Amino acid sequence: MEAGTLVEWLVKPGDRVKRGDIVAVVETQKGAIEIEIFEAGKIEQLLVGVDTKVPVGTPLARIQTELEGPPGAVAAAPPSAAPAVPLATPPLVRAPVAPPSPPPVAPGAAARARVSPAARRLAEAREIDLSTVSGSGPAGTIVYADVERSLGEAVAPTEKKRAPGLDLDAMRSAIAAAMARSKREIPHYYLAHEVDVTACEQWLTRTNAARPPADRLLIGAPAIKAVALAAHRFPAFNGFYLDGKFEPATAVHVGVAIAIRGGGLAAPALHEADQISIDELMMRMRDLVQRTRAGRIRSSEISDPTITVTSLGERGVETLYGIIYPPQVAIVGIGKIVTRPWVIDGAIGPRSVVTITLSADHRVSDGHAGALFLAEIGRLLQEPDKL
Amino acid sequence: MNDIDIRKMVQEELNNIAPEVDLATIDPASDLREAIDIDSMDFLNFITAIHHRLGVEIPELDYPKLVTLDGAVAYIAAKLGTSKT
Repeated sequence: MEAGTLVEWLVKPGDRVKRGDIVAVVETQKGAIEIEIFEAGKIEQLLVGVDTKVPVGTPLARIQTELEGPPGAVAAAPPSAAPAVPLATPPLVRAPVAPPSPPPVAPGAAARARVSPAARRLAEAREIDLSTVSGSGPAGTIVYADVERSLGEAVAPTEKKRAPGLDLDAMRSAIAAAMARSKREIPHYYLAHEVDVTACEQWLTRTNAARPPADRLLIGAPAIKAVALAAHRFPAFNGFYLDGKFEPATAVHVGVAIAIRGGGLAAPALHEADQISIDELMMRMRDLVQRTRAGRIRSSEISDPTITVTSLGERGVETLYGIIYPPQVAIVGIGKIVTRPWVIDGAIGPRSVVTITLSADHRVSDGHAGALFLAEIGRLLQEPDKL
Repeated sequence: MNDIDIRKMVQEELNNIAPEVDLATIDPASDLREAIDIDSMDFLNFITAIHHRLGVEIPELDYPKLVTLDGAVAYIAAKLGTSKT
């Protein structure tokens, strides 16, 4: 990805921002990316206008950061020398997305909502009544994508709908490039391990029986948590191979492979997956899937995964081997749960079994470590309540 | 709320999940997961939306009853105790 088009500013000069705030939306070959700011401060100047195409690395805005001085220092901070918010290069592939489920609209509330300039222009040009549009930006701000979505909804149902920023062909080219590079550069080795997940399934059933649908867990949650905990204990599978050497990552950000309607694929990060509770993980995963399928991934979610987990779900296959997303060094594949005859305490009985695989970079680790890593994941899944 | 309203609501929610599919072409007795290619996350979101919009409690054990369009409508109608129109 060499360039992107800035389609939306969510801040203006004078706005205060904090770390993690989304300040702009950029459309790239990989879809629409929400640009996060990593410094706190005040927006001083926007350097790139809406609908401008810029190469990767272009500074997008200048911010005045709050410098920490000794007590008694002058309150007004001098202008920061660093132009913040560069357009980063995400190494991962992205995917096309389907429009999200629009939240219920309260017309009175929407009339008071902020509207971004790009959204307002589009609404005027297409004669959309903004009071009927619900905002998905910060504090309910109506953004360009929200107005575009309204236009999509007015179309006859038989027409194919795609989210703004979606280009299936470009997406497929990006995936092709990344996967070809992976196979060219990374010497993969492959291991498979069968895990009895009966205890995990039973724990899920018990837990979900007492919860409304919004709070229920899917098997993916304990699976990802187990992989994250194991990755923390086996650092050779969690990090980046760059410039001829391996750099283990300090945190575990699990990339979750998400299939997108129309044939796309993305694997954005669930941050600190080993540190958060299973309930928090499930909630974040639901949000991540929804946003990915709606084309609203954040820049840090693209660049941060330290290891990836892929699964084809209950209608998939028993065993799948992933292809490592460079510059990561491992990918864990989770097959579908099947009922198998199993030996427990000398007797044969039916158990729920899943095959978990590891594809790993042989420049960084070998089969012995890989086997221990997979065995650890299996072990963690025997005690789901401790995850 | 009658069966027609329920069917319309169910179709709306399925449309949110699979917007490119024309539900009029789907056999209402066919398994939705196969017919419109939805996964367990989609299905959970579907169940959550029904619960949110209609207040209908759907325990996990009942999921198999809602995998077809007809099945989902019948289940919801029974839970709401509605008249069939």
